[in-house]
Amino acid sequence: MGRIVLKDVTKAFGDVTVIPPLNLTIEEGEFAVFVGPSGCGKSTLLRLIAGLEDVTSGRIEIDGVEATAAPPSKRGLAMVFQSYALYPHMTVRKNIMFPLRMAGMDKAEQNRRVDMAASVLNLTDYLDRRPGQLSGGQRQRVAIGRAIVREPSAFLFDEPLSNLDAALRVGMRLEISELHTRLKTTMVYVTHDQVEAMTMADKIVVLRAGHIEQVGAPLDLYRAPRNLFVAGFIGSPRMNFIAGAEAAKHNAHTIGIRPEHIAVSAEAGEWSGIVGVSEHLGSDTFFHVHQTGLADVITVRADGEVGFRHGDTIHLTPRADVIHRFDETGLRIA
Amino acid sequence: MARSVTTTRKTFNTVLAWSIGLLIFFPILWTVLTSFKTEAQAVSTPPVWFFFDWTLDNYRTVLDRSDYSRFLWNSIFIAGGSTVLGLIIAIPAAWSMAFVPSHRTKDILLWMLSTKMLPAVGVIYPIYLIFIRMGLLDSRTGLVVILMLINLPIIIWMLYTYFKEIPAEILEASRMDGAGLREEITYVLLPMALPGIASTALLNLILAWNEAFWTLNLTAAKAAPLTAFIASYSSPEGLFYAKLSAASTMAIAPILILGWFSQKQLVRGLTFGAVK
Repeated sequence: MGRIVLKDVTKAFGDVTVIPPLNLTIEEGEFAVFVGPSGCGKSTLLRLIAGLEDVTSGRIEIDGVEATAAPPSKRGLAMVFQSYALYPHMTVRKNIMFPLRMAGMDKAEQNRRVDMAASVLNLTDYLDRRPGQLSGGQRQRVAIGRAIVREPSAFLFDEPLSNLDAALRVGMRLEISELHTRLKTTMVYVTHDQVEAMTMADKIVVLRAGHIEQVGAPLDLYRAPRNLFVAGFIGSPRMNFIAGAEAAKHNAHTIGIRPEHIAVSAEAGEWSGIVGVSEHLGSDTFFHVHQTGLADVITVRADGEVGFRHGDTIHLTPRADVIHRFDETGLRIA
Repeated sequence: MARSVTTTRKTFNTVLAWSIGLLIFFPILWTVLTSFKTEAQAVSTPPVWFFFDWTLDNYRTVLDRSDYSRFLWNSIFIAGGSTVLGLIIAIPAAWSMAFVPSHRTKDILLWMLSTKMLPAVGVIYPIYLIFIRMGLLDSRTGLVVILMLINLPIIIWMLYTYFKEIPAEILEASRMDGAGLREEITYVLLPMALPGIASTALLNLILAWNEAFWTLNLTAAKAAPLTAFIASYSSPEGLFYAKLSAASTMAIAPILILGWFSQKQLVRGLTFGAVK
């Protein structure tokens, strides 16, 4: 249950094409993350799968059955929205029960399932409250509860964590990952946060302007980005890009080197520059290095205790085995 | 920073507001007072205010002469019927305009409102003929339909505004949860929009209750509501002010009481969305 296939799917709003022909298969039980900058069409793609938007052309299959024209209620998918979209006039119990009620399920079974979902999500004490009386994290859990009770063939998440504060976000990220491990149900997750994508996904789909730039496991994308866009988007802080003579040395138009793949030294190194801003995270320190003659700024990661100060000269040595090479069209040179 | 309001200014504003309120209320007060006077006192100069011989004679005469309950029932039927029918048509219309708008939606809304700018007398001739053809003259059904049509633009506009305030994602969530269109509207949209629907219904009841042009022109005896009841006491000769006042008081009392009990709802309804 839960294999989703998109065949030559396109979407246009009026004259504006949001999704050019796109092909994608999400395997059963997979955690697929759509990631990309805002306006890249990732939410639209999710809504096409959900049936909340109609495709302009192409086919959508869910579990081998053509679902292109099926209304959302008939696709057997559950969705968690960014705004939670709870029913404000219903109690938490009624909210979670709603899909079961719509399915015409036996009353006793409805209550059994709601109680089970509530205990899994730590909502048992809140079942008689209304959404307005809950915190953001609790609301998010109610939304997830409403999605899991029906045992859908796949879950769709539309930026579910972006309304939560940072601490809560990390917690919910783990909860959703654990949920996936336990339920083994297909999940399709939309986010603009590449950290969420890297930590949660089995498969990341990087989108730009409705176009799939690369599909792959998080570490595959990290190790071998197919082009400059993916290289810059996956990984935090961003990969450094160097063009010109230094790149030519490696027979490339542009080379990319991640901040964590550059060694720093006060005495000697392949490159040198002046330290600008340093960001101390405790475990790591990020130095923004200027006047290297390579690029405006080179970001490097060092251990937390390494102490360079603003204006110090710093020497940098890239790890030769992890230099990414790109040609003039921005594609990776193998 | 809060604006400081001086006591003098507050007093002045209070007095002003009360004066305007009383000025607006005065005709109703005067009608009610007159209804308890004799015909002679009703037209006396200078007018008598509170110190006259209070009498219920006018009410007795009016109740004797005409069948108040029949007019009342007609009014309830016509106002209630046109409101219910209007809501049944307007709710799906407003739903589609608010949640699945086309590029013509704004035009349609404005066009609907523009029909309210046409003087009713401009279409009385064709409508009268249609009513004769269809045998709707002096029928409650006919009045229910015509009053519903007259107020439909207002009902749709009001509901549209309320529905616009409801986040579309909540309706989408219900679709994802397996609700069809009917369940989406019954279980999610209507409960959420209930305050708005209530004030729309209330306003429409008042408008339909007070509507005089169509009710007077399209009825004779059978379907005549309270507006016709009042009009029947306005005669060009003789003393009739006190009786007319009694009839008027009886005609507006039900809707006045309804309005009094629901004024909070009504005010909230009419200013909804004005302030976030």
